[in-house]
This record gives sequence, C-alpha cells and structure tokens, in this order.
Amino acid sequence: MTTPVLEVKDLVKRYRSVEAVAGISFAIRPGICFGLLGPNGAGKTTALEVIEGIIPPTSGAVLFNGVPKGAAFREQVGIQFQHTTLLDFLTVRDTLVTFRNLYHDPESLDALVELCNLQEIMGNMNNKISGGQAQRLMLALALVNKPQLVFLDEPSTGLDPQARRHLWEIVKSIKEQGKTIVLTTHSMDEAEYLCDEIAIMDHGRIIAQGSPAELVRHYCSGTIISLPRERVTIPLAELPLPAREVNGLLELTVERIDLGLEVLLGLKIDLSEMTVHSPDLEDVFLHLTGRKLRE
Amino acid sequence: MSWKRIWTMFKARNFEFFRDKAAFGWNFLFPFLIIAGFAITFGGRDFSSYKVGIFPSPSASVDFSHTKLPEKFIRTEHLQFLGFPDLASGLEKLKHHQIDFLLRQDTSPPQYWQLETSPKGYLVERLFQSGFVPDSNGFGIKETVAGAEIRYIDWLFPGVLGMNMMFSALWGVGYVIVRYRKNGVLKRLKATPLTAFEYLTAQAMSRFFLLVFTLIVVWIGADLLFSFRMAGSYLNLLVVFSLGGLSLTSIGLLLAARGISEEFTSGALNFMAWPMMFLSEVWFSLEGAPQWVRSFAELLPLTHLLRAARKIMNDGATLTQVGSECLVLIAVTLVCLVLGATLFSWNE
Repeated sequence: MTTPVLEVKDLVKRYRSVEAVAGISFAIRPGICFGLLGPNGAGKTTALEVIEGIIPPTSGAVLFNGVPKGAAFREQVGIQFQHTTLLDFLTVRDTLVTFRNLYHDPESLDALVELCNLQEIMGNMNNKISGGQAQRLMLALALVNKPQLVFLDEPSTGLDPQARRHLWEIVKSIKEQGKTIVLTTHSMDEAEYLCDEIAIMDHGRIIAQGSPAELVRHYCSGTIISLPRERVTIPLAELPLPAREVNGLLELTVERIDLGLEVLLGLKIDLSEMTVHSPDLEDVFLHLTGRKLRE
Repeated sequence: MSWKRIWTMFKARNFEFFRDKAAFGWNFLFPFLIIAGFAITFGGRDFSSYKVGIFPSPSASVDFSHTKLPEKFIRTEHLQFLGFPDLASGLEKLKHHQIDFLLRQDTSPPQYWQLETSPKGYLVERLFQSGFVPDSNGFGIKETVAGAEIRYIDWLFPGVLGMNMMFSALWGVGYVIVRYRKNGVLKRLKATPLTAFEYLTAQAMSRFFLLVFTLIVVWIGADLLFSFRMAGSYLNLLVVFSLGGLSLTSIGLLLAARGISEEFTSGALNFMAWPMMFLSEVWFSLEGAPQWVRSFAELLPLTHLLRAARKIMNDGATLTQVGSECLVLIAVTLVCLVLGATLFSWNE
C-alpha cells in the first residue's frame, strides 16, 4: 500500500472558547488534488495553516510521507496563502529570484515563468500588478522549490471568471506534473473541476469525504426538479415526492424524471420556469447541513 | 544557519530601501535640512542669546540714536534687540515667551517689563541694572581659553547625525517588521526554510549598512557646506557610530519582536525615541539639569553614542578614551538582540 503523502490525525485547534478545528483526520494519496470544501468560517484555512506548521495545533498529529514533519518539510512543500502581500518595491523577477535563493534545489526561473504565465510582468513592481497576476505570482512562489506537496488556500478568490479559469488550468498542469495538491475552496465548481477527493468541512469538522462523484452518488441520488415556490399551492407535506424549500425555490428529488413530471402534472402544478439538474456538491452540502455553501 | 539566505534577505531589504524614493530621499534630506536650518537660524551663535524688545521703534531693527538706555547695556554681547512700535505689541511677544525682556527707550529712568517666572528675564534685568554701574576691574581676573573655538553647529552636528540614526533604526526596523507581520509578508517567509535568526540578522545587517551609508553621505555633504571641526580620527568616529547604529537597530528589533498593531508599535517607538531626543543631549547639554534627569539619560544608548562622538570630534579622544561609552553600546546591542530573537514571532 502506498504511504500517504500527508496524514492528519485528530487535529484540533482551539482559541480560548472557540474550537476552529474540532478533531479532523484524513490521509492524502500521492499525486491527487485533495479539496477541503466548506463555507466561509468552516475552519478550512485554520486547518490548512496548522497542517502547514504556520500555527501550532492544540492537539493531534500531522505526518508527512509517513513520519512527523521535520526540518525538511519546508524544503518539500509549497504554500500559497489566502491573504499575503509581497515586498512592495521588488519586481516580479526580484521576488522570484529572492524566493528561489531561499531553497537548496529551486525550480528554474524560466520554467516557473512559463508555467504561471508571468512573462509580461517580470519587470513590474509587485504593487503594480493586478489581482490575477498577483495570484499567479503567489502560485509561482508556491512552486519555486519543486515541491512534492502544494497547499493552495482559496487560490481563485477575488478573480474574474477568465482569470479564475486560467488559474484552474495552471493548477491542472501542476497536478499533471505528479505533484500532490491540497486545496481549500468554498466554490463547488472549483472543487468539482480540480479535485480528485474532497473533504467537506463545517463548524471545524469533516462531515463527508470522498470523490465528488461518490459524494453526490451517496448523498443525492436521482434528479432535482426546481420550481418557484409560489407555483405549488399545496402544502409540502402533502406532496407525494421528497421536497424541500431553498431560497424561494421548491426542490423535488426524483429517481426518474418522467415519473416525477407525471406526478406534478397530475397535481395540475404550473411547470413554467421549471428547471431540472443533476445533483452536485452544492446539493450534497445542502443535504448534509440544511444550508447552501454560500449562506 | 545559511549565509545565502541571510544575503538574499539583506539584498531584498536594500532593494526596497533604495527604490522607495520618498523614504530614501527623506533619510538624506532630513539631517541636511536640520543642520542647514540651525546654521542659518543661529549662524554659529548659541541657543542662549537673550531677546530684548525695545519700544517705541518704527522697525524691527532698533535705532538707538535717541535712546535713554545706558550705553553699557546696549553694548552687552549676546543680547539681541528687537524693535516694536508700542507697548501692546511688545507685551504680546513677552507674554508668549518670544522675547525675554521689554524696555521703553524714551523715558528716564527707562521703564521695563518682564515675566515673573522667566529665568532669562531675570538675568536680563540684572544685566540691565548693571548697565547703570561703571565698569570695574576689581571683581576678578579674566583669562581667555586658547585654541580653536567649538561652534554650536560643531556641537550640534553629531547630535543631528545620531538623531537621524535613531529614527532610521527604530522606524526602519521596528515599524517595518510589524507592518510585514500585519500584512502577511512574514507569514509568507515563515513558509520557507528561512529561520527567524536568519531573517533578523539580515534585517539588522541591512539597516546597519544603510545607517552607515547614510551617515557617510550626510557627513560628506554637510561637511562640504559647513566645514565641521574634527579633532579626532574618522575611523574611530565610524566605529562609535557603527556601535551606536547596532545598538539602536537592536532596540528596533526588540520592539518589533511581537505585535501586529502599527498604532501600538508607533506609540512604543515614540516612547523610546522622544526621551532620547530630549535627554541624550541632541540639542542642548544637560549640565545643570536635576541629577535624576542626568541619571536617567545615562540609561539611553544615544547619550553614550553622542558623548563618544563629541569627544572624538571636538576633543580628539581615542577609542580607549571613549571605551566606557562603547561598552555600554555593545551591552545594549547584545541584550536587545538576544531578547528580540527569543521573543520574535512571525505571525503573532
């Protein structure tokens, strides 16, 4: 059996009366993209920073390649934080060179520049680059030491859709190089697109774990029919289908869509504005917590 | 410990300093402005010139051709006479301590006004009253001191250099590190193999290099303009300023060891800087100050830096003769560096 790159055991982080991370455990196989998915405040960033060694745990253990993290850990992992800034009066090139020189065996400058598409901004000062460019630079810094394991904390937050998609492609190509990625996000699109395995976090705990497909299959089989709530005049309890109300919409889960539609038509419900979709991670989260990810 | 990483952070910090044109310019411009300002304002005179208001006088420059004031008083050295058109305008200045004494020059005997609590006013009154007594040679035997005179600006110059060094060291290290901690730069660096000791060493080295570089540039520029007196060795002076720079930098490192509040750090830095500014003899001597003030001043590293620098510049002292001051500076450096490195946190 392959030794996990990272193994987290009963990790707890407590700030006085607040338990930000409430005993999480998971193991990550080499070469996969592992996602910690959860709403803002779920404890994803705290968990990540404890695992990275940036803040100390209250209790629990983190094993890297099967052994407790040692001095070599910093040489072998790359980290992109959610909120950091860089030295204002350095250029992008200076910044990359500075960080390269902090490691024993750094990645070549050309490879980093090409991978993260930094060619056009190499001479720009750090305080003169856009949000998307800054995120790509931060990503390059996370890769500057040819890391075996890369931590990305909400890498696409604040980016426009185009920059976001561009960043995802870069993350994909990092994974194709065989690196293991641990990624936090509150975006189910991002998690579904990038992650091979997901742990869903809420209130500091992992409430479900598996591949995106497994999670959906396990928690939300069937098809979801959505209707504006006002179209359905009969009480929810009297509906012959499993239903719930979410943000003014009535969501009905059916095993077969034709049978579901037959029931609705039989009840003379107005089906205009009806939408049909397969369940996704958002529905999994809703099923598990009764809340939407972004609530 | 990796010297490569220390050198990398040293270079990065220096890049920042030299490329931040505003901060870079101010570091050089500030001491020049202070020195030039004092040179122009006082023209080599001491602070303690006494200002005497005279009225009636149509202009600020007093015409004594029809005065009823005693000739001996008018000719007294170190008195600066300022003309006022009437009593009201003169009293206004006197009340605000802008002059020390006010005289009416067209009455006999002359009327005068002074503030009850002003020591300078009291002394000018005594001078004024002695102006009515003929000179006598029977009060003592006068001797003059031989050799070149030390101008006020010669005395002030090391003070201004030391003050500039103090502000640059405290804010350039203390404030900058706290800002980096607050905005996450330190957290980013913590994620690399860089150790706290390496980072602090690089910061201290960089600031030390910049302090010495600034010192030399300001010295050369100011000396070209004002030709300062230098009785001792330039090398000894450099050693003393280097030790002073290290001690002040290490205080900055200690103050920046923890905390993410720029406001608190600014307050703490001011709390350190202002006593040094006024009690370390930057602007004036503490001779005659209460003993407790002088004892307190001995605790401040800038006091020892300036005393040693003035001994070298003005009196030609050797390093051995300023050994005690150097030892104090070394002790402050070691204590603050050890404490700073022990207490340092990347992100708390």
